[in-house]
Parts: sequence; structure tokens; C-alpha cells
Amino acid sequence: MTLLYTEVEEELRTAVRDLLADKAPVAAEGENPAAWHGLARDIGVAGLLVPEDLGGAGASAREVAVVLEELGRAGTPVPFLTSSVLATRVLVDAGYADISRLASGEATAALCVSLAASPYRDVPAAVVDADPAAGQSAVAAAVILENERVSGRFTGVAGALGADLLVVPGDGGLVALVESAHARIEPVVSLDVTRPLATVTFERAPAMVLDGGSVPDALLFAAGLLASEQVGIAEWCLAATVGYLKERRQFARPVGSFQALKHRLADLWLEVAGARAAARNAADQLAAGGDARVAVAVAAAHCGEVAVRAAEEALQLHGGIGMTWEHPIHLYLKRAKADAIAFGTPGDHRTALAPLVGLPGPE
Amino acid sequence: MVDATTVRQRAEAFLAEHDPSGLSPLDWLRARFDAGLAWVHFPEGLGGLGAPRDLQGVVDQLFRGTPDNNPGRIGIGLGMAAPTILAYGTEEQKKRFLRPLWTGEEVWCQLFSEPGAGSDLAGLATRAVRDGDDWIVDGQKVWTSSAHLARWGILVARHDPDLPKHRGLTYFVCDMEDPGVEVRPLRQITGEAEFNEVFLTGVRLGDDLRLGEVGDGWRVAQTTLMNERVAIGASGSPRRTMMGVFTEAWQARPDLRSHDLHRRALELWVQGEVMRLTGQRLREQLLAGHPGPEGSGMKLLFARHHQEVSALEVEFLREDGLTYDDWTFRRADGVDFLGRGAGYRYLRAKGNSIEGGTSEILRNIVAERVLGLPAEPRTDVAAPWKDLPR
Repeated sequence: MTLLYTEVEEELRTAVRDLLADKAPVAAEGENPAAWHGLARDIGVAGLLVPEDLGGAGASAREVAVVLEELGRAGTPVPFLTSSVLATRVLVDAGYADISRLASGEATAALCVSLAASPYRDVPAAVVDADPAAGQSAVAAAVILENERVSGRFTGVAGALGADLLVVPGDGGLVALVESAHARIEPVVSLDVTRPLATVTFERAPAMVLDGGSVPDALLFAAGLLASEQVGIAEWCLAATVGYLKERRQFARPVGSFQALKHRLADLWLEVAGARAAARNAADQLAAGGDARVAVAVAAAHCGEVAVRAAEEALQLHGGIGMTWEHPIHLYLKRAKADAIAFGTPGDHRTALAPLVGLPGPE
Repeated sequence: MVDATTVRQRAEAFLAEHDPSGLSPLDWLRARFDAGLAWVHFPEGLGGLGAPRDLQGVVDQLFRGTPDNNPGRIGIGLGMAAPTILAYGTEEQKKRFLRPLWTGEEVWCQLFSEPGAGSDLAGLATRAVRDGDDWIVDGQKVWTSSAHLARWGILVARHDPDLPKHRGLTYFVCDMEDPGVEVRPLRQITGEAEFNEVFLTGVRLGDDLRLGEVGDGWRVAQTTLMNERVAIGASGSPRRTMMGVFTEAWQARPDLRSHDLHRRALELWVQGEVMRLTGQRLREQLLAGHPGPEGSGMKLLFARHHQEVSALEVEFLREDGLTYDDWTFRRADGVDFLGRGAGYRYLRAKGNSIEGGTSEILRNIVAERVLGLPAEPRTDVAAPWKDLPR
């Protein structure tokens, strides 16, 4: 194992960074099809987690993490996390044979769980073949899956707008796959304008039922990798702020020469250095395939808070310009704050650590 | 370049020829030094093989259980004096000092800080006046660990007060047996005395005890300080940590747990783990030959973590937290963080953000050298030292 980057990972980073510099030079809201096509078709990021015999690259969480760092830094709205990481992970797990569509990036998928879902709690899942005799009434269940038709409503779903396939969690370790044409997908006005949410409603939509595909495992996997996106966000905020404080002059000197500000940035730099180590560790442990729960929880707890603090510090230290819609800081702040809720809050991850590290709660 | 196989062969051959039970520990250590297996990255003839630094691990692993040089007792010699002597010493100085330094026969101390020169080390006032072939040194040094045990001290003194502060300094090896050296213990808030005040009155040092050129003292001192930070930043993870001690207490006393303490304990556990991973990444970078800037920040992390964990431990212990293990005024050989009580840990950890560069100075270093932010405007750099307001 290593917490550094391999040569292959550095090459992947350079390719992604160069492409984003060309197709998505500044963070912006709204989809960026040119960037996505370049990432998916030219670099092949959409198939990183898909085995080679199914049309993918057979790469690991370590490479995915590098891509997420760059996407976090660039603030580019592309469905990599939602489709190529979260949904793909579930579908690969479930043995979905036709996944080459996703691996090539020509189609994208979204997992129908709230972005705010925690890996440590049950997510709303479709009740499969509800049996009134057993007390499971189709009416009482929020979502039902019966005779390969799914009905129900999912809120807070990221990546659903523009997705071709929707993955519906079912109980008993099943998932159902629905073409998005059979769903009603309504946009929600979202805090993070670069990753907007939607409400997805199914009414007896035809579904392909797959056996297997653990949603909690996929959420934990995504939480551990989201830490790398958060590292990218924090790095951009730190670099932008350092650059600005070197240029901006008040009291006849660069404001970056005042110790009161330098010390804040030194502390932030240290937190980002720690975030990078924790995120690398989580990616490495997820790639190794063993029990990565501690590594994921540590990375998610630390990186989530660091990204938010970096964006908040960036805003404050840019002064009034940080409050303007024109400057991209607000996009990073909104992304960072939303990311700190996605797949469990830092507090959820710390709480999950208690039994794992020998710090049980009060009785 | 000497590779791992060569180092291993040398070490195995040495062990075959030198049974530790057949020699006194000191003779065994001297033989190990002479075989180039003391610090393999040092040059041949000076205890090393000219090998990459990370190959030391090969030797240390093979030599487990053999006599050691008590590295805790001679840390200043190993971590600070030795690399400085290697970088700036004459051949005679290297031959004279490095072997007994490494074997532990001669303890070293560091005579840098003064009552009037802490963070502003370059402002120090101890004078070194040329007298024929000798130098006469007068002044006062402070916070000097091991001074009462030391045979030698690394000393920075001012040879020319008419020059600007950084340029009027010269670096010496101070003979701690000179009759003009007086060492007084300095009692600290833990009750004991780890360090000393050192009064230098007419101390006579031969010019052969000067390290580097006259006027080069600041540059030589930077080498010492850089090695101090690398030593602190890159040191391996201890087997037991402050958080480990806290966790044991937490497990032993379920009656004392509360939701508030639990939340804070989990935050600190994550902080400690992030610090461990940051250090691990730093060591990997060092081994790969790309020393990362994380080194200058590790000490900041470590100081904050120690202080916060030890403070939480005292609070968690409630009535036991109101007690203290021992206020006796006595000499302490080193820092016994894990062997003493929670109150000692809390008080001693306060020094972590002051010793070896305050956290405030380290933040300046990170901001200026890592992030490239401009320095504060200064008025004390160009003027002659003697004209600076004091």
C-alpha cells in the first residue's frame, strides 16, 4: 500500500486536468456535455470500475479517487460520482451484464437514494412482491416492486436529471433497473447548483430485477471516495485564496503579509495535507477490498469538514468579492456544504467509529 | 551506491564476528561504529557506508536486542549536533566528535535560546570575543536540556555586534567542562527539571572548536534547526499514543462517560488518526526522495493533538483529575508522557507548542516557505545588531 500517487495515477491526473482545463476552465453550473464526453470517451473514466471483460478498465478505487480530486478542484458538473462510481458499483455488484453502455459513458445511471442517505442507516427500499397476508400491504410500503413493475417516489436523488437508467434499491438484496423514460424526474431547486437533485417517481414502471448489489456497501464506498473530491475542493479554495492574498493590497502592503491571515492559511494548509493523507488511505483500503470501515469513516469525517472550512475561509478572505455570484467561490462553498451531508455527515461517520476503535458511548 | 543486499551482508558478517555477550556494550557499539553500521547514510570512516538513509532499517532490524546507545538520552547529539558537524565540521572535528557522540560516551546539549532571544534567535546576545587563538564567551543560555549531563554543547554566539543580526553570528562547540560554564536546573510547571539555565562566564574555546566560518553562524544553525524539524516530523509512530492511553482510561471507567465527552473523544480519535496518516505519507515521501513540506507542519499537529487529548483526559477523570502524581523537584532525564499521570501529561504537553519552535513561528514558516506568502515588513534585518532597540 502507499499513500502517494503511482506513476499511472499521475498520468491519469494529468490527462483529466488537461481535458478539464480545455473543456471546463472555470467552475460553472449546468451540465457540461463536452467535458463529460471527453472524460468518458477520450480518457475512459466512466469505465474505471467496470471489469475489463465487461467493457471497462478494471481499475480500482485509487484511480477513481484521482479523478474525483480533479473534478472537485475544477468544480465541473459531470455525472462521474453518481453514475460511474455509485450506480456502477451497485450494478457491477449485481452482475448486470449490459454495463458496457455505462462503461463507455454513452449512457449514465443514477441510484435512487437520497444524496443525504447515510451508509449507516437503512435506505428506503422497494418492498418486493408485497404479501398482504404477511402484513405487508402494497399501500403501506413507500415503494413496491411487483411483477417486475416498480411504483414509488424517491426524493433528493443526485444524477437523475439526464440519466438514462435508474437503479432502484429493493429489499432482500435485490435492485431493479428502470429506463428513465418510464419515470417522472422532477428537478429540485438545489443548494449545490453543480450537482442538482431531483424527485423520481415511478408508477408501475417496467423494471429488470437483479439479484445482489448492496446499497449500503455502495454508499460506504462512495463516502470514502467523496473524500477525494473534498480534497480537490479544499485544494482549489486554498490555492485561490493564497493567490488572491498575494495580489490584494491594503494598508500599502499585500494582505497576505499580515500574520493574522497567514496563520489561518497555514492551519488550513495543514488540514488539507491531513485530508489528502486520509483520503488516499480510504481509497487505498477500498481498492484493497478488505474491511475499510475505519479508513472510510476517518476520511469522510475529516475531509467533509475540511472542504467546508476551506470554502468558508476562501469566502471570508476574499472579502466582498467572495460574496458575488460572479466569483466561483460560491459554487465551491455550495458543493462543499452539500458534500458534507452526502453519504453521511462527519458526525455520522465519527459515531460509526465508536465501536470500531474501542470508544463505546455512555451506557 | 550501496544497496540493501550489501548492507544486510555487512550487518550479518558483523554479527557473526562480534558476539554482543563477549564484549562490553561500549566496546560493541564502538566496533559497530567502526564497521560503518552506526548510521549507514554517513560516510565511510564516520560510522556509515554512504548508503541511502532508509537502509538503516535493515541494520536496525537485524540488530534488535543488541546493546543500544540509549537514543533518548543522546537525542540532541544524534538529531542536531551530528548532522551539523557532518555538514560543517573539519575532518579533525568529524573524527574527534562523531564516534563518542554516537556511542553515547559523550552527551551533547544545545546552547541556542537566551532569555532575550527565543523566537528571534538571530537577536541573541551571548558574545564571543577573539583572544589570540582562542575565543572568550560570555552570556546566558536557557531551556538547555541535558546541559548537566553534557560533555559538549552546540553554541551560537555573536562575534561582531556591529554587523546586522544574522551576519554577526558564529557557531561553536562549547566545552561544558570549562570552569566558566555554570549549569543550574530550571524547575518547570510539572515540578521537575528537564532543562537548565547555562551561565557562560569567560569560557575559553579554542578556534578548533569553531564550526563553520566566522560569521556563518546563522547558516550553520539553520542546518541544526532543519534537522530538528525533520527529526520531529519524520519520527515513526510510537507503539502507544496519548490517544491510546486515553482510550484505555475510557474503557476502564464506563461510569465517567458522558455524551459530550464521547463526541469530543471521537473527534480527537479522528484527529490523531489523520495525524498518523499525515506522518506516514511524509515518511513515504522522504523514502521516495521527495521530502514533502508536510514536515514543517507535523509538529503543529502533534502539539495540538497532545494538548487536546491530555486536557480531555484530565476532565474525563473528574476526581482523579484533581490529583497529581508527584511534584518533587528533581532532575528528569527526558519526557515520560505515557508512564506518568494524566496531570503530568496535561502540563507537559503545554510545552509541545513552545519547544523547538513555537506554533506561531511554525505557522509563519508554513505560510512563507510552503505557501509563498510575503513576510511581514521588518526593520531589524539590515541595521547593526548593537543599534536595535532592546
